[in-house]
This record gives sequence, structure tokens and C-alpha cells, in this order.
Amino acid sequence: MIELINIHKSFGALDVLKGVSFWSEEFGVTTVLGPNGSGKTTLIKILLGMVIPDDGEVRFNESTINGKWHYRNQLDYLPQIAKFPDNLKVSELIKMIKKFRDKTTREQELIEMFDLKPHLEKKLGTLSGGTRQKVNIILAFMFDSPVIILDEPTSGLDPVSMVRLKELIRGEKKKGKLILITTHILSFVEEMSDQIVFLLEGNIYFKGSIEDLKISTKQENLELSIASILEEQDA
Amino acid sequence: MLKILQYIVFDLTRSRWSYFYFFFYLLLGFGLLFLNTDLSKAVITLMNIIIVLTPLIGTIFGVMYFYNSKEFVELLLAQPIKRSSIFLGQYLGVAISLSASLVLGIGIPFLLYGIFLSQDIFNFLFLLLDGMLLTFIFVGISFYISLCNNDKIKGFGYSIALWLFFAVIYDGLFLVSLIMFEDYPLDKFSLIATILNPIDLSRILVLLKLDISALLGYTGALFQKFFGTNLGLVISLTMLFTWVLGPLYFFIRHSKKKDF
Repeated sequence: MIELINIHKSFGALDVLKGVSFWSEEFGVTTVLGPNGSGKTTLIKILLGMVIPDDGEVRFNESTINGKWHYRNQLDYLPQIAKFPDNLKVSELIKMIKKFRDKTTREQELIEMFDLKPHLEKKLGTLSGGTRQKVNIILAFMFDSPVIILDEPTSGLDPVSMVRLKELIRGEKKKGKLILITTHILSFVEEMSDQIVFLLEGNIYFKGSIEDLKISTKQENLELSIASILEEQDA
Repeated sequence: MLKILQYIVFDLTRSRWSYFYFFFYLLLGFGLLFLNTDLSKAVITLMNIIIVLTPLIGTIFGVMYFYNSKEFVELLLAQPIKRSSIFLGQYLGVAISLSASLVLGIGIPFLLYGIFLSQDIFNFLFLLLDGMLLTFIFVGISFYISLCNNDKIKGFGYSIALWLFFAVIYDGLFLVSLIMFEDYPLDKFSLIATILNPIDLSRILVLLKLDISALLGYTGALFQKFFGTNLGLVISLTMLFTWVLGPLYFFIRHSKKKDF
């Protein structure tokens, strides 16, 4: 479904991605792991066409995305930092984003799920971090697209919302969607993902299931496996 | 793109800045007519104000809006919309709203004073067209500068500096160079120098239309001598449209390559 071929990207003198190649499964949850600054968000933004790679090709459903935009109809994205125009109300924002796609949406169901009803008529600038993240989640999930990309979806969420988010993701997975997640919360990774991709120093260091990672690093759990990779790198 | 344009115009109708400019122009129009009941003289005074102020307002508002709508743009980039539609929609939204403030703000007082019954109606409409062109030009330039600079202060600084350059410094440099090189034939140099400054160009455009040779100044007189009134009008108008499209072209081109 998603294919990255030899992607290079540098910001000034900083080489963030040095020839990343990756092809996704047709469905299931893939988590992208890696230390801070390893290029997770850059990779996702390249997929969305927000960052233009210096070299390499991105293919979506077997056609290149370079300069195209129609493919984003099948893509839902939750950005890492929820940036919204401050002077809009939550309900106005949802209405506005809905206008850009001719699709039936399911925001009512999501608004109830995350208890956002009391906040609908508030201005986005006045919302707390966690509430903004909930708005972010609603915007990302309301279109019911076949591919969902979540960049740090858990940031700022309270435990109740976290449980609901996990339920939501599980439900989407059952529908046969492809879900790409970046996160630093390893319990979340262990619970949710079918496959992990480990980014290190601008390359994919490991791709496979959690079991494979544990076996290849000879560690008992995910946390230790990742720690051992990073230590090895430093040594 | 129409959806984005629609949204931005809607957003701007709620912004107090649009009303601020509208009332400012309104006050200016009434003030001018109150002090100067002769319509054709009022048109000339208005011209002097418009050719300096519309670029300044276009610049300030352009930069402010561009940086304030950064979040909005990032939100839209992840939606199935063409990149150039987002930026073109934004540009047109701001330029059209500002032009509307100008046309309505200046238009209403002159309308009440009976501009439609006077002979100056075409000169007046020409002046409004001139102000609109300058608005489009300077919104385009300030958008381009803002897109190139992630730092708001820098973007603001460069944009204001450029306005100052075109509105004030350019003429000074031009005059100095005319005096320094007075022994040489400077016709072509002056013509080119005028064409390269949209503010000078729009001043000449209106003066040619008003047909007041006393106010044309050196470059204007040269323009008239060189091209004649009609060809001069066509050429200056064409150059002004080029000035609209040039910065817009660079803005859209850069927007396609930029990382967000």
C-alpha cells in the first residue's frame, strides 16, 4: 500500500534520512520507533507530501505521490503537535475540515466517545492540551479512511481517553485498515502493534514483529531490546 | 481553491483589522472631501495618499495574516487539497478583502458627494484600480518574503524595509544618480528605473490618466514624451500587472518546494 524507495532528506547540514526504503503491509498496525530526532516525523510528513524529499520516491497504491494530492483522500493524519487557528470554535473547525472531502463522517460518535460535547462551542485557543489532542483525534478519525497515520497520538491524554483511543485503534484494525503510529510509550507499542520499524541514524535498523526483535537482541522484553540496540550504537 | 478563498474571506470579515482599514479609508474619504470640495483636486490628493498607503497596508496585513494562519495552512496540507490551491486561495482572500476595504471605504464618501455625476468618475475609478493593483502587488511580495522566512520578526522587517525602499529610498537614490550623472544621456536609465518601482509606476499611471503634466515630474514627463499618453498608459498598466504576477509566481513556486 505504502512504499518508500531510497528516501533521502537533510535539513541544512543535518542528514535526517539517509536512504530509507520501506514497504508497508496491506493492513494492521505498524509502529515506527526511534530515539528523538531519528526522523520519525519527517518520514511521516514525507508520506503526506508536507515535506519534500531530496531524493527517492514515495508510492501509494502503486503510483507515485510526487506533486499529487488525490491520494490524501484515503489518508487520515494526526499531527504530533495539534496546531489550530485560535479564533475558531471546535464545531466550526470540524465543519470546515469536513468540507474538503465528499465523504460521510462519523464525528458525532467520536465526540461522544471522548466527551467533547461540552467543548464544542469553545474557541480552540482556550482549550487545554489534552482537549486539543482529543479534537485532533476526532479530526483524524472522522473520515474513516483506509490508511491512518498517527504521530504521537497519546500525548496529553488522560487514562480514560487513552483506553478509548486504544479501543478505537483496535476497532479500526479489525476493519482491515493500515495504521501507522509513532510513539515513545513502549507498553502502547507492545499492546497494539503487529509490526515495528526501528529508525536509527537515518536508516531503518530493524523491521519485523516484536518477537523477532526480542530474539535478535536476545532480550526478554521490548524495553530491554531497544535499550540494547541503543547501547550497542553508542559503544 | 474556492472553498479556501471562501473561508478566508469569511475569516477576514470577522477580523477587526478589515473593519479598521475600512473605517480608516472611509474617514480619509470624508475628511478629504470635507477639506476639499473640488472633486478633481480631491482625487489628486487621494492619489498621493493611496500610492503610499495601500502598499504599506498590503505589506503589514499580508505579513501578519501569513504568519497568523500558519496553523491553518499546516492543517490543510494534510487534507486532499492541491498545495498551490491553498496558497493561491490565501493570497486571493487577503488581497480581495483589502481591495474591498479600499473600494468601499473610499467609494462610499465619493459616491455620496456625487462622483457619478462628475467628469472625474473615470479618473476616480482608475485611481481605485491603481490602489487595488498596488494592494495585490504588495500582498504578493510580503507573502513571498514571509514564506521564505520562518522567523516572524525577520519577515516583518524585510517586508517593511522593502516598502520603505520603494516608497522613499528609491526616489532619493534615483534623484542622486540623476544629479551625479547629469552629463550623460539618462533617458533610458530613468525609464527603466521607473518601471522597476511599482509605486513610481502607479503614480505615473494615474497622472497620465489625469493628464496633469505639471505634476508628472521628470520621469513622468519622460514617460509621456517617450511613449505618448495612450501608449504610456498601456505600458505602465502592463508593467503593473507584471508586478502583480511576478511575486505571485515566485510565491507559488517556492510554496511547492517548502517543507512544513
